[in-house]
Amino acid sequence: MATELATRADPVGYEEFGYGHVPERRQNGGRQSDTQPQGTSTEQLAWVLGWFSIGLGLAEIVAPRKLAELIGVEDNPTMFRMLGLREIGSGIAILSQEKPAGALWSRVAGDLLDLALLSTRLDSENPSREKTLTATMSVLGVTALDIYTAKSLSRESNGGNGTSTVEPTRRGLESAGGIKVKMAVTINRPVSEVYGFWRNFENLPRFMTHLESVKILDDGRSHWVAIGPAGVRLEWDAETVEDRPNELISWRSVGGGSVDTAGYVRFKPATGDRGTEVLVDMRYDPPGGVVGATIAMLFGESGEQVVTRDLHAFKSVMEVGEVVHSDASIHHRLHPAQPASDKELNKLRLPGAQSPAKIEESHTIF
Amino acid sequence: MRATCWEGKKKVRVEQVPDPKILNSRDAIVRITSTAICGSDLHLYNGFIPSMEKGDILGHEFMGEVMETGSAVKNLKIGDRVVVPFTISCGNCWSCQQGMFSLCENSNPNAWMAEKLWGHSAAGAFGFSHLTGGYAGGQAEFARVPFADVGPLKVPDGLPDEQALFLSDILPTGYMGAEMCDIKPGQVIAVWGAGPVGQFAIASALLLGAERVIAIDRFPYRLRMAREKAGATETINYEEVSVLETLKEMTGGRGPDACIDAVGMEAHGHPLAYAYDRAKQAMMLESDRPIALREAIMACRNGGTVSVIGVYGGLIDKFPMGSVMNRSLTIKTGQCHVHRYMRPLLERIERGEIDPSFVITHRLGLDDAPQGYETFQNKEDECVKVVLKP
Repeated sequence: MATELATRADPVGYEEFGYGHVPERRQNGGRQSDTQPQGTSTEQLAWVLGWFSIGLGLAEIVAPRKLAELIGVEDNPTMFRMLGLREIGSGIAILSQEKPAGALWSRVAGDLLDLALLSTRLDSENPSREKTLTATMSVLGVTALDIYTAKSLSRESNGGNGTSTVEPTRRGLESAGGIKVKMAVTINRPVSEVYGFWRNFENLPRFMTHLESVKILDDGRSHWVAIGPAGVRLEWDAETVEDRPNELISWRSVGGGSVDTAGYVRFKPATGDRGTEVLVDMRYDPPGGVVGATIAMLFGESGEQVVTRDLHAFKSVMEVGEVVHSDASIHHRLHPAQPASDKELNKLRLPGAQSPAKIEESHTIF
Repeated sequence: MRATCWEGKKKVRVEQVPDPKILNSRDAIVRITSTAICGSDLHLYNGFIPSMEKGDILGHEFMGEVMETGSAVKNLKIGDRVVVPFTISCGNCWSCQQGMFSLCENSNPNAWMAEKLWGHSAAGAFGFSHLTGGYAGGQAEFARVPFADVGPLKVPDGLPDEQALFLSDILPTGYMGAEMCDIKPGQVIAVWGAGPVGQFAIASALLLGAERVIAIDRFPYRLRMAREKAGATETINYEEVSVLETLKEMTGGRGPDACIDAVGMEAHGHPLAYAYDRAKQAMMLESDRPIALREAIMACRNGGTVSVIGVYGGLIDKFPMGSVMNRSLTIKTGQCHVHRYMRPLLERIERGEIDPSFVITHRLGLDDAPQGYETFQNKEDECVKVVLKP
C-alpha cells in the first residue's frame, strides 16, 4: 500500500503544493521525514547546540557543586543532575536527527525551565546575585539562539526552503511555515458517500472537535470558525482550490483570517472491497506560529493528534452514524472513566449524541 | 450509584459516583446483577497497565437487566436479562464484519493513544484503562453499554447468573485459546496458568477433542481444580519440577502439540528468571514478564502452535525467536472476539456440556470489592474467582 500511495500521489499533481518529495514509505499516521542530510548552516548550528547540551549536561551531572558556585545559586546536586539528564537527552535527540526541530524546541523548553529556576534566585537575598544575573543573561542568549535555530529548522523541514519555482499563488502556500499533518484512514463505505459527506463542508464540525461551524459562502468560499487552545475563537475564510468529485478536494485560506491553512483530502477505493481510503494532507499556521503550537502541545494536544482523532471520528460518523463516546472521552481534559454528573453533561456539547446521521438497521450477528 | 474505583497501585475503593447516562443512540443502561474480578483486573490493580486515571471504574465481566435503551436499540427491551461482552464492538466496521470483534475500529475514542503504543488501536473495552477508551467498568450498580444492539446477549430465564456471567470474557477467552490450537484427535495440549481462564482453556481443549491436557501452575489447589473440575489429565507444579523436562518426559520427548499461555504479563517462574524480569520490569526496561510465554515456546513440539491468551501490555525481553523460527512454530494470539463465541457457548452451557460456575470460589457484595481484590491478588483462601453481587 505504501508504494501505491507514493506512485499515485504524483499523477494527482499535488506535489506542486510544495509538500516536498513523496517519501518512499508512508503509512497510516506517518509523518513526513526527509531523508537527505544536508549541511545547511542551521543544521551546523543545531549540531553545535546538541554538543553544547551534552557538555553542559555532563558538567551538571559530574560537577554540580562547582557549577552551583559558578552561577551563584544554592548547592542542590540532585536537581542539577536531573537538569543534566534533561540536557543530555536534548543533546542526543538533536544529534540523532537530521532535522531536529522538535529536539531544539525541547531545548527551548529546557531554557525556559532554567530561566524560571534562575529567576527565583534573582532576589536581593541572594549574596551571589551578580553571578546569577550573568548566568541568566547567558541562558537568555542561548535561548535566543535555540529559538532561532528551531524556527529555521521547522521552516526547512516543512519544505519551505524557497527552492521551488512553482507559480506565485502556490508559492504562498509553500513558503508558509506552520505545521504539517498527513494522515490516512480507511472507511467502510463507498467513495461517493464518503466524498459526498466531506464535500458538504457544513458537515465537518460534526467530527472535527475544534470546529464550531462552517458556512458556505458564494463562489467556492466558506467561512470557518474554530475554538483553539485555551478557548480562543479563530475565524478564517477558505476557498476550494480544486474539487474533483469522488477523488479530491483541496483548499486554502484566503484574506487574513486568524489561521493560515492549505491542504487536500483524497478519496480512493480501498483494495479488497474495504471501502474508501481517505488521505488528508494539510498544513496550517496557527496563531502564535510554531511556538504557539509547541506551547499548546505542552497543554495536551498536538495538531497531529487532533487530526488523528478527527479522522477517527469521521470514520465513526460514516460507519456508525455518530461519534462514539466513552465516559472519559466526552471531556476535553483528563477525566476518570466514570459517568459525568448532570452538571458536567449540561456543559458539554456532544455532537454525536444529538442526532445520528444515519443508523443502519440493527445488527444481528448470528 | 456505587462503583469500584481504581485509586492507585493496589488501591481500589467502592465510591459513590454519578449514574451512567445514554451518550450515543445505540447505548443501553444495564442494572448489574452479577460481576466478577478478572485476572487481568489484577494487572490494573498492580499498576502494570499504563493510562489509568484515579477514579476509573473497574470491571469488564458483568451481566444484568436492561434499564434504558438509546433510540437506535431495537433488539432489547427494558427488563431483558443480558450478559455483556467485555470488548465493545460496533458491528459496522471491516474488522467486526470479519468477526474480529476485539479489533473494532470505532469503539476506542482514544485510538490515538493505543496507536502510539501498539502501532494500531484495538477495540474499546469496559473498565480497562484509557488506552482502550476510558469506558466506565461494570463492578458497579449500573453500566452504560455502547452498541447495545450488537454486544449484549439475552440470557434465558431458567439460567442462573453464575452460569451465564462468564460468557462476558473468561469462558470465550479460554475457549478461543483452545480453538487457536486447531486441535486434532490424539493431541496433547499444555496450559500455563490454572487461573479461571486456564481452567476454561483446559475444559475447552477437551471439548474440542484433545486427548490429554496438562495444566501448569504453582498452587496445588488450582492444579486440583484443573484435574477435578476442568478435566486436566495431568498437572505440573513448576515450583517442584522443571517444566521443560517434565513435559518432554510426558510426551516422549516431542513436547505438547500446542501450548496455551493463560498467564500473561505478570508471570512467576524459576526464581532467577523471575528476579531478572521483575527487575527489568521495575526499571521500565520491559513492561511485561514473559516467563510463561518463553517456556511455552521452548516446550512446544516442532511445528506446533503457541496460543497466547494471557494479557500483554507492551514490551518483552529475551523473546526466543530462534526457537519459533527454526522449529516452524505458529503463534496465535488476541483479545477474545467474545461476540463470536457467546451464543455457541451459551448453547453448550444449556446442553450441559460445560458449567462454568465451577471456578467460583468467592461470592461477595459489591462493597466488599476491595477485599475481593486483595484475596484474589494474594491467592488467599484458595481463591480462584471472585463474583460480586451489587
